[in-house]
Amino acid sequence: MSQTSRQNTIERVDFSHKSHYLTKAFKSPFYSRQEPLNHLKEWGRWADYLSPAAYTCSAMEYFACRNTCTVFDLTPMTKYHISGTDALPYLNRLVTRDVSKIKPGRVGYSVWCADDGQVVDDGTIFHISEGVYRLCSQERHLDWLMTNTIGFDVSLHEETHDVAALALQGPTSCATLKRMGLEDIENMKMFDIRHFPFEGTQLMVSRTGFTGDLGYELWIDPNHAEALWDRLFEAGQLHGIKPMGDEALQMLRVEAGFIQAGHDFMPAHATVRSGYTRSPFELGLGWLVDFKKPVFNGRKALLSEKENGHRYNLVKLDIDGNKPGCDSYVFTKNKKQIGTVTSAAWSPSAKASIALASVEAPHGEPGEELLVEIYYQKELKWSRVMAKARVVKDVFWNPPRKRMTPPDDY
Amino acid sequence: MTNTENHTVIIGAGHNGLICAAYLAKAGKKVTVLEAGEQVGGAAITREFAPDFKVSAAAHLVFLLDKHVRKELSLDSSGLSFSQRNMKTTALAADGHHLTIAGSSLQGLNISDKDRVAMKEYLRFMGKFAGVVNRLNNRIPPRVGTHNRSDWIGLAKTALNVRLLGKKDMREFLRIAGINIYDVLQENFENPLLKGALSMDGVLGTNLGPRSNNSVFCALQRLSGLQGMATPKGGMGAVSATLADVASRHGATIRTSAEVSQILLDGDHVSGIELADGEQIAASTVISSADPKTTFFELLGARNLEAGFARRVQNIRMRGNVAKLHLALDGIPEFKGLDQERLADRILIAPDIEYVERAFNQSKYGDYSIKPVAEITIPSLKDDSLAPTGQHVLSAIVQYAPYQLKAGWDSEKDVFTEKLIDLISEYAPDIRSQILHKELLTPVDIEREFRITGGHWHHGELAIDQSLMLRPVPRAAQYASPVDGLYLCGAGSHPGGGVMGSAGRNAARAVLGAKDSEDGNA
Repeated sequence: MSQTSRQNTIERVDFSHKSHYLTKAFKSPFYSRQEPLNHLKEWGRWADYLSPAAYTCSAMEYFACRNTCTVFDLTPMTKYHISGTDALPYLNRLVTRDVSKIKPGRVGYSVWCADDGQVVDDGTIFHISEGVYRLCSQERHLDWLMTNTIGFDVSLHEETHDVAALALQGPTSCATLKRMGLEDIENMKMFDIRHFPFEGTQLMVSRTGFTGDLGYELWIDPNHAEALWDRLFEAGQLHGIKPMGDEALQMLRVEAGFIQAGHDFMPAHATVRSGYTRSPFELGLGWLVDFKKPVFNGRKALLSEKENGHRYNLVKLDIDGNKPGCDSYVFTKNKKQIGTVTSAAWSPSAKASIALASVEAPHGEPGEELLVEIYYQKELKWSRVMAKARVVKDVFWNPPRKRMTPPDDY
Repeated sequence: MTNTENHTVIIGAGHNGLICAAYLAKAGKKVTVLEAGEQVGGAAITREFAPDFKVSAAAHLVFLLDKHVRKELSLDSSGLSFSQRNMKTTALAADGHHLTIAGSSLQGLNISDKDRVAMKEYLRFMGKFAGVVNRLNNRIPPRVGTHNRSDWIGLAKTALNVRLLGKKDMREFLRIAGINIYDVLQENFENPLLKGALSMDGVLGTNLGPRSNNSVFCALQRLSGLQGMATPKGGMGAVSATLADVASRHGATIRTSAEVSQILLDGDHVSGIELADGEQIAASTVISSADPKTTFFELLGARNLEAGFARRVQNIRMRGNVAKLHLALDGIPEFKGLDQERLADRILIAPDIEYVERAFNQSKYGDYSIKPVAEITIPSLKDDSLAPTGQHVLSAIVQYAPYQLKAGWDSEKDVFTEKLIDLISEYAPDIRSQILHKELLTPVDIEREFRITGGHWHHGELAIDQSLMLRPVPRAAQYASPVDGLYLCGAGSHPGGGVMGSAGRNAARAVLGAKDSEDGNA
């Protein structure tokens, strides 16, 4: 009996041409356009790329996104290209949801687990064309994805550096793209993928995003990145287009109730301490776990968890007062400590102090009254408040235009 | 498929498969054993390698056979008999001044009093430590990191076993268990022949040299049978035949030439197996005595496993580094300085420990040994069923012969065979003229003939990191696999290879007790 057959081809990423050991960080293909607009010169680091924290003022960028539209560079987003005969069974064993329900030209959100049912990461699966997929996530997973190829005939390669990507989000995003010449863009439904000719290449557009609003993500060959940026800003001029950095995005995604690896949960493969990770049920993502399909990573552990109950609930909190409850402990009304806030923000749109928090089960039923211990500073003097908070069911920002097709023309 | 609710199928009629079958049948289970080969026995068989010459095709000595198995299955009253017992070991020297080891007594030239004393002490502590290993061998390994009471008790018992060695011996056990046999022998002995011979205990059948970590552990495993070496009458196949008889007598059905091609699933649970000819047999329990890679990748399919588990299975170290040489001889071979009596015992070509280490060196880089080491038996001297009158068979385990030979075994097999005959000729100068037939089984042949991935006799390297609750991999180390109803019972499971049978016995106990366990396999 031979060695396990490994027919799959795995192309390793060649970083040598990036000379990253000299530059210390990659520059996005949009860098030449971002750099003059980045008045603050505040660059953060996202997956080895320079990424603007804010261009001018994060609050203004936030309001631009909620009222007109903003451009966020998501090139550093980790992207894997998955194809081959077994691409579908491979993905179905990898993630918890049924990937066969993501038809060609559609995108699906999913979560994937280690064998013990703990979340490795969440992300989106783009079914670009029949049997050809792109998996996008925040963290890097090449090792885990390669491990998953054992026994499957798939081709897997990382294409993070080969695809430039922008998120265009906000109420005027559709109008901007229409003005840019993307025909019939208004009829794209949420999670649709379409391809458009663009200056001799192909521009892929998906109606997806991380802001909870009407929005699109644009994917293109990095050699055409600058042209895309220019055309977009030209078309968006009358639609109030603005570049946006990561700080504004954080406010937007908390309003939209989106979780993020490293903030709201620890990726299982980056976690050393036992019990510090979370299962999909503990992140409110039980709806993504499909026990109707056969074996997938974590299935056995999750079945047992479904039967025996889970340890935590991830909840949305509406906190009294105006102090953001960042890094706070969460208590019951009887002052029993039951968890921590994982992400928090003052929501200008909801006019509320909002948070995502991980609390011990069975706490966290909508309507439950909790306390959040918030430390805050006034002119260097620290104070503490035990702010009342309510567990809420719905996300803080969910306008009808997010899913309206065609959306209103602003 | 026939409707068989409580039917157990065992894949492979090797000794472990048969033992498992016997225990389950004895407990009242309806058991069918399916063997791909034409006869039962797996790697414990006697077969003709040339007209009228028969030999134990793989393993050729019995020294580990689990005493519980022997007793509980009444093997001795079921026809199992031995042509040789308590075999001595003779380490050959080129000059004919050989060294013979019989228990703790040493016979030969130039053996110092220091070595004689050291030998007694060496056997004392190694025997004592092997006793610790022995007690672990016939138990289902406990799991770590669970809240299960039986796991905690198992772990506590393991620790207690070690603690009961006493302070001094415990310290010594903990010091040497993980290190290499070269260091231990250098600390204790002077005589090169003695050190060479004893080092073979740590490396025979493995992918280790005397200086490799885990070689002390392997020696302890080898000594853990706590019994002398023996050759079964009729060759190793006689052990398997007895086991098959016992299993049948208890009601198990054994089918040969029934090659399983696939383990069938119904959801998360096994539903049976499919044979190579397409026949399907329903079963609620499937127990595989095939090696873990064959079981999980070839028969079940990696895609039916979770990825972390599949990676662990893929990473099991199991590349064979051992070949088997069979010679049909026209007459009794004459070894310089070796009398008839000692010729019938166990003979080693391992003249000193540096020689053994050098032999291993080449295999690390994909070449066979320039000067190989060998464990030789001539079983026909005491067993006339193996060869025509006046003629004999020589059976030798030879190493090192790497599975992944750089030059490829197709072109090198004959060259290596001649090299081995040259090697034996150094000690038995006329042997070449007596050779009627010869056969070499390289690891590639062993993989093909015995269906063992990598041709590794032990179905996975014997090493501390591949033992107990880590053998073959966590989540399958208590014989139950992550797939409901699928169990392992072969040498790839704890405690490992050698014709021992403990894996088969433990697996049967796991299957029988499966309903009692508190949370299945976590």
